[in-house]
Amino acid sequence: MVSFAIKMTRRHKLSVFKVNKTIEEINDKIKRGEAVVVNAEEMIDIVRKEGAIEAAKKVDVVTTGTFGTMCSSGALLNFGHTAPKIKAAKVWLNDVEAYGSLAAVDLYIGASAVKKGDPLNAVHPGRFEYGGGHVIEDLIAKKPVKLSAEGYGTDCYPAKRIEMEIFIDDLKEATLLNPRNAYQNYSVATNSTDKTIYTYMGVLKPGFANATYSSAGQLSPLLNDPFYLTTGIGTRIFLGGGVGYVIWHGTQHNPNEERNERGVPKTGAGALAVVGDMKQMSPDFIKGASILGYGVSLSVGVGIPIPVLNEEIAFFTSVSDEEINAYIFDYGHDYPLKIDNNYGLTNYKELKSGFITINGKKVPTAPLSSYSGAVKIAETLKQWILDRKFFLTKPSALLPQSKDYEPLKYLKKYEKNL
Amino acid sequence: MISKKVVLRFPEEIAGKPLVSDICKKFDLTFNIMRANIFPRKEGILTLEISGEKASFTSGIQYLKDNGVSINFVEESINRDENKCYHCGFCVAVCPTEALTIINRKTMKVDLFKDRCIACGYCVRVCPAKAMSLPEEF
Ligand code: SF4
Ligand code: SF4
Repeated sequence: MVSFAIKMTRRHKLSVFKVNKTIEEINDKIKRGEAVVVNAEEMIDIVRKEGAIEAAKKVDVVTTGTFGTMCSSGALLNFGHTAPKIKAAKVWLNDVEAYGSLAAVDLYIGASAVKKGDPLNAVHPGRFEYGGGHVIEDLIAKKPVKLSAEGYGTDCYPAKRIEMEIFIDDLKEATLLNPRNAYQNYSVATNSTDKTIYTYMGVLKPGFANATYSSAGQLSPLLNDPFYLTTGIGTRIFLGGGVGYVIWHGTQHNPNEERNERGVPKTGAGALAVVGDMKQMSPDFIKGASILGYGVSLSVGVGIPIPVLNEEIAFFTSVSDEEINAYIFDYGHDYPLKIDNNYGLTNYKELKSGFITINGKKVPTAPLSSYSGAVKIAETLKQWILDRKFFLTKPSALLPQSKDYEPLKYLKKYEKNL
Repeated sequence: MISKKVVLRFPEEIAGKPLVSDICKKFDLTFNIMRANIFPRKEGILTLEISGEKASFTSGIQYLKDNGVSINFVEESINRDENKCYHCGFCVAVCPTEALTIINRKTMKVDLFKDRCIACGYCVRVCPAKAMSLPEEF
């Protein structure tokens, strides 16, 4: 009797939602070719016109995308044993140093490593022509890469030095393993000083003469799942043109950042650690980046499907640019000194219009993250699902959650305003 | 009436001559200075927009050439490798003439208007994908 009662409550779980779908049901629909898939930009109008409940009934999956420079990316490679064998303690790929102290022939190359002998910022701003990000792109583009390694020689691994050419298809494993990608939101950067500065947020001209921002806004994955309700550990995603997975929260993940009335964080907040097979990836969605005066990085394309399980998720995925805020920070003075100060709040509609207002002055803006790339990613992912090549996953564990979340809290607030 | 942006390079020996004011007087051309640099070895680089009647424009340019000035037309110089450009927008932040700009605010694709370019080279240095290029002479 007891177990029956539990089963009953589970089945008819006193759901607070009017629409209740499961991932299994959605996957069945995908299999039958009946799933309704839209991208996060298309979802805005659907929810505005039909309301969250009707939208949740109608739409099964919302696809998102983002394509920008994401530091904290890298590749884990295994280059296979040479004859004689080497325990590679120091490794370089195209003269960019990788980390070899994992085992004998495993290595990790960080996206921001620079090439041996790079003048760095000796002549400021440095060009940073080639580095880890470019090695990763070259491998994915199926170009040959020179590997040099040094070992100290052991009885089982006698070789002390090797040099060889590697191709991605000859490697046993080539895994993109990025500790922090797809930042939920990001700061807007400007410069209060009287000098041009060269930052990872691009070139910022003196006297608040311009501002830059770096998010896909309404298309960005975690802005459409602001409380990480469906994106968690094990979520299958689009990564760099292939299939990847979320494996952990990203380093610096902070779910408790300040949020707006839609529950959307006003700054960085959440982030994801992701993994994927580089052999499936394409240089169209993974690009080495040389950032003037700053260093090398990697532009990564990430797309996440969001299953529309209920009306609240439909509501969250309908967020539009004007409903996503971002703080404006001074990268000339405050940011480098870690001074907690901002120049106001803007939103992505304003940012994308080309101008924002800082201290009452009209300031031109430029994006750093490719919106057209984000659209392409969301559309590709949509097509994969429609072609029944890509199925949704239920996370095996959730990411660290926000204390601000309560079911329906934000949807109710929103409906009141309608 | 034509109007073209040109980059003039004056070797040290002729850097002191008033060649530009000569072409105004002799050929009835007008000019607008867009950028001027004098390098340590005294070579001078001047980016100008020169306007006037087609015939006098041609003779004016010839006059400069005859006097040892090397000339490059800006319009045909800037190039974007469309396979490399992924429309990030880094270049939009630095282009002084809105030759690189975003017209369509829905697609957010970065447009290139070659006729607005003054060959300053900022985008070439800034583009993270190395999609922008100018010929070596610039
Ligand atoms: S910076 Fe380079 S890649 Fe980015 S939009 Fe400009 S030309 Fe294209
Ligand atoms: S060289 Fe590049 S930055 Fe300079 S004007 Fe031409 S397009 Fe703009």
